[in-house]
Amino acid sequence: MKTKSNIERLLEKGEFVVTSECGPPRGSDAEAVRKKGNLLKGVVDGVNVTDNQTSVVRMSSLSSCIILKEMGFDPIWQLVCRDRNRIAIQSDILGAAALGINNLLCLSGDHQSFGDNPKAKNVYDIDSIQLIYTAKTLRDEGKFLGGDEVKGAPMLFIGAAENPFADPFEIRALRLGKKVKAGAEFIQTQCIYNVEKFSKWMEEVRERGLHEKCAILAGVTPLKSAGMAKYMKKNVPGMDVPDSLIERLSAVPKENQAEEGIKICVEMIQQLKEIEGVRGVHIMAIEWEEKVAEIVKAAGLSPRPSA
Amino acid sequence: MIVAERKLFDDLYAKASKHKKVLLLGCGTCVTVCMAGGEKEVDILDSQLKLASRERGDDFEVTTHTIVRQCDDEFFDEETSRKIAAADAVITLACGVGVQFCSEKYPEKRVYAGVNTVFYGATVEQGLWEERCAGCGECIVDQFAGICPVARCAKSLMNGPCGGSSNGKCEVDKETDCAWALIVKRMKELGTLEELSEITLPKDWSTSRDGGPRRIVHESLRLDEGTKKEG
Amino acid sequence: MKNEPTIIAFCCHYCAFTAADLAGTMRKQYPTNIRIVRIPCTGKVSENMVLQAFVEGADGVMVAGCEIGSCHFIQGNVRAVKRVAHAKKLLEETGVNPDRLEFYHVAASQGPLFATTSAEFTERIKQLNAGGKASADTTSAETPQETVHDSSRT
Repeated sequence: MKTKSNIERLLEKGEFVVTSECGPPRGSDAEAVRKKGNLLKGVVDGVNVTDNQTSVVRMSSLSSCIILKEMGFDPIWQLVCRDRNRIAIQSDILGAAALGINNLLCLSGDHQSFGDNPKAKNVYDIDSIQLIYTAKTLRDEGKFLGGDEVKGAPMLFIGAAENPFADPFEIRALRLGKKVKAGAEFIQTQCIYNVEKFSKWMEEVRERGLHEKCAILAGVTPLKSAGMAKYMKKNVPGMDVPDSLIERLSAVPKENQAEEGIKICVEMIQQLKEIEGVRGVHIMAIEWEEKVAEIVKAAGLSPRPSA
Repeated sequence: MIVAERKLFDDLYAKASKHKKVLLLGCGTCVTVCMAGGEKEVDILDSQLKLASRERGDDFEVTTHTIVRQCDDEFFDEETSRKIAAADAVITLACGVGVQFCSEKYPEKRVYAGVNTVFYGATVEQGLWEERCAGCGECIVDQFAGICPVARCAKSLMNGPCGGSSNGKCEVDKETDCAWALIVKRMKELGTLEELSEITLPKDWSTSRDGGPRRIVHESLRLDEGTKKEG
Repeated sequence: MKNEPTIIAFCCHYCAFTAADLAGTMRKQYPTNIRIVRIPCTGKVSENMVLQAFVEGADGVMVAGCEIGSCHFIQGNVRAVKRVAHAKKLLEETGVNPDRLEFYHVAASQGPLFATTSAEFTERIKQLNAGGKASADTTSAETPQETVHDSSRT
């Protein structure tokens, strides 16, 4: 155990870890962050705080992390390469560590063309794997990318995301290996709807021995309706929603589809839990945080071990 | 080559109609090949300006001239200089380099850009051009089976595709190939896919535009002070 | 504008030009406004050829070529259709009504069709000259996709 991270500690103890996510508000109201936080209090082991997700401007990820930290959470700070060069990235990592942030999730970031500022210039000075490498170099070598010595290394538990369903499929496990090699200690996956394909990916992951080198937290997102399922299948790149799921939701009357979606999510978690190498789940209930407690409970993952 | 696209007609008309006598100056190199600013496009713009000024009741004169290259001193010959001198303003259909070079050579003349310079690319098929190079100053394409992730990945990712690669296409534009899908396919065919498990470290961007405007000097080619051509 | 319009008809040697000739021998009258320019193939027609005709005073330009599939040079008429569509856009930018330009398919044996087509087109131009809106012409070629460089793609 290197850091003060709650999830690192639990993973080391062999606990099945549960994380969730909290998207910062589109304004400066700290209360909005606390409100979401309250819905997750005592429900999960760690909360991801997204960094201007889908390139839509929101309250800074790090600031939101601090608000949650003050509430007693151990936030997982998401950091994207889209908006910062290596100078800002290294500086922010030091700052986050100084403020008591223990977990860093390294991401490339959605392209700005999807957000509310499509005219923005993107940075991409470094990519997500180089970001992992940067965080690890700062922490373990005590060195900046430029080679100078860091006075007070930032002790962050380093994670990354992976989409097992994006193309080209044959590079996915190899690329995960690269992330692990660069220094990723935990992986949160893109939301899984196709368990069969995910299992195939996990097989490859195990073949490469990667499940022993990093903790894989399987991502899930409850579906609110058949419409949402169809939308995600059609419009979200790299999202694999099997028709059988859409059919199952469509077969239920509209007013009961949300309930069915929760049921599917719970079943999914139970299936994923049985796959060798899956060390936890990451529940992304997008603007539906109030359901996380119910899902965790129904999946038999409640109560969470104390922090 | 440098690939450009002609500016909107209304923009060009607004510029031209501010003057009495306008010269349209074409360039015979890259912009001719990508059909944005060669002789043919100069003629079309000439006709268009004439038709529009008639329709709108404006009165200005348009003349045309095309030279081999506007990024090279050599081709701004006497005839060109005379034609430029005779005009009140020049709309050049050369790339951004040509526009600036022309402005530098004729500092007293108002010079307008007639095209938008878009990228360094190739003619993929007749009527279709695609970006291939970003001019980063340190070529790394051989690490990626001849496909440049700097120029061809929307995020310039150097360690593999992002989550948005879908059916070989980029999430940013469904018409654009995902550079990483191409790299993976080619490396698989070459049997070198495992090479990708090596981490590509952060790139040195100092050789790129980020290092400031760049210049290349070939001492052996430079002329001695005394033998330089008079500007 | 004058009420007797000047119309330039770029006619393919292998079809429309022969059709125009045939119209004559068949004593099918067509308007005297039509000035025929014989070209080896409509594939010879460039955007600027059309624009220049307007610059030099034409009120309307028709390009008449072979039926799709029967071009003597295989693809010439297909390309011409695209270029005419592009030229229409270029005309529109300048404020010239793109209806003043049209592509027609007229086979060598269709003398009467040439006569009626040119009469209809002349009527359209007369209406435009009089300030009226041209009605859609059913014999006009379909407009291809509006990609900027479509005109130069094969």
